Amino acid sequence: MKLKGKIWLFGDDIDTDIIIPARYLNITDPKDLSTHIFEPVRPGISEKMTPGDIILAGENFGCGSSREHAPLAIKAAGISAVIAKSFARIFYRNALNIGMPVIICPALYENAREGDTLMIDIKQGKIRNYRTGGVFTFPRFEDFMLDIINAGGLIPFILKKNLIK
Amino acid sequence: MAQTITEKIIARHTGKKTVSPGQHLLARVDFMVANDITAPLFINLLSTISAPRLKLKNRIALVPDHFAPNKDIKSAENVKLLRRFSRRFHIKYFFETGRCGIEHCLLPEKGLVLPGELICGADSHTCTYGAVGAVSFGVGSTDIAGALLSGKIWLRVPETIKIVYQGKPKKWVYGKDIILFTLKNLGRTARYRALEFSGETLSHLDMNQRFTICNMAIEAGAKNGIIEPDRITLDYLKNRARRRYKIFKSDPNALYKDIKIYDISNLEPQIALPHSPSNVKSVNEIGKIEVDQVFIGSCTNGWYSDLKTAAEIIKNKKVADSVRLIVGPATPEIYLRCLKDGILETFLNAGAVISPPTCGPCLGGHMGVLASKERAVSTTNRNFIGRMGHPDSEVYLASPAVAAASAIKGRICHPEEVL
Repeated sequence: MKLKGKIWLFGDDIDTDIIIPARYLNITDPKDLSTHIFEPVRPGISEKMTPGDIILAGENFGCGSSREHAPLAIKAAGISAVIAKSFARIFYRNALNIGMPVIICPALYENAREGDTLMIDIKQGKIRNYRTGGVFTFPRFEDFMLDIINAGGLIPFILKKNLIK
Repeated sequence: MAQTITEKIIARHTGKKTVSPGQHLLARVDFMVANDITAPLFINLLSTISAPRLKLKNRIALVPDHFAPNKDIKSAENVKLLRRFSRRFHIKYFFETGRCGIEHCLLPEKGLVLPGELICGADSHTCTYGAVGAVSFGVGSTDIAGALLSGKIWLRVPETIKIVYQGKPKKWVYGKDIILFTLKNLGRTARYRALEFSGETLSHLDMNQRFTICNMAIEAGAKNGIIEPDRITLDYLKNRARRRYKIFKSDPNALYKDIKIYDISNLEPQIALPHSPSNVKSVNEIGKIEVDQVFIGSCTNGWYSDLKTAAEIIKNKKVADSVRLIVGPATPEIYLRCLKDGILETFLNAGAVISPPTCGPCLGGHMGVLASKERAVSTTNRNFIGRMGHPDSEVYLASPAVAAASAIKGRICHPEEVL
């Protein structure tokens, strides 16, 4: 699986109240939710995003609440993957569970700029930054995580593996 | 192999003798919880499957506590979804408004979360239940759907950081101050890890204060917070526990990622400044900070002893003219007890408003949303940008004692200042 897209850059500790403020949590439609992403710090950003774009963030991305609205809204905005120096654990599992790749790659962050184009090879664990020419590696996913991503999320994975018997 | 309490409980739920940090495993789930924000997502997801068979339908609590009593039409539709789902699948533990409280106070009170169990909830503060000696952690909505269908959840065995508290807390120092102080020291270093709270100090803390400590383990990024059951735990569970349970304790030579020893005998009341729960100072160090609103409640500090402490400070005094004081008992049982004991009367006489049991104010949902440039002292657990309302508002996190004193003075202060 290969993904190509341009970067939206964020700093450390982007919490779930920044990703999707609680006042919008009475909304369940991902597309509606996506119009409000990052509103407290970058209002209107979702209108500028194009399908395939990638979020690159610093430490502890997605800290705070368990709201799956956060990865759902990001995915519905057209984001194909989130890369960060590190993730908060609930955001990490929520993103995987809805089939959105979340990649830990601190080295990539240092010289990256907003708008840079990346190519991610999920299976090989490699990321290329076209502007700098840099190639970065990330630890390969556990097999079951790759299976969840490839199945399109946890529920298709559970049904496919017949874990409901 | 020597194991921590967290490792022993995970081993018990994965059919293994021992487990090691870093392992990814499928674990059996004892109990789950979801609320009116997180449940609609998994209910919609399950509606895409024809005739789903729910293995754990008697092991889930659906608690409409966030935007209920319904704050608007969308919220009402969401709670209706929970209600219909509960009827269709004969969900045993659906809590209707009036019998509903804040999930993390309601479930322990009802004896639904017990020592030795593996509990997951679609709410990040599910770590609260670690105070009874369970491995309990927040997950997402899809996880709940997966566990309802399969009975299991995937997890990574966490490394454990052991926190040893020494000394007896001074007057006006509570579980809230202890955990804020701990967050200041840990920063984000507990991410993905278990926090095992221990030490002689715990013998001075009632269950309410232990719940407060475990409640905020997530603010250090931890997977779970846990306290080994002792006499105080067992007394609390007596006449409450709905299932048989098993007590686990860490082996004396268990391996820890780190051991932190904190002497809290000289600790002063603490306060978390905007915009992080780990941005903590002593109340005495912060100078004069005026406030517009004070909230006493939430899954962190809406317990009976919290409200009792605040009422003792406020008794025969008045809330400052410039301040709105909102008090939220966390459950109907706590509400009723406060009513009978005159605690609500004390608050009303002081000029406070009593809110129904709801998470509303804590997350800027309803019942006390902040306007721009407004500042609140709150006994809740998060002070992120815009957490309680407008992105330009500010939240300071403190104990119920500091919150009550601040409501009287109109600025953040030590409880001693008003007595």
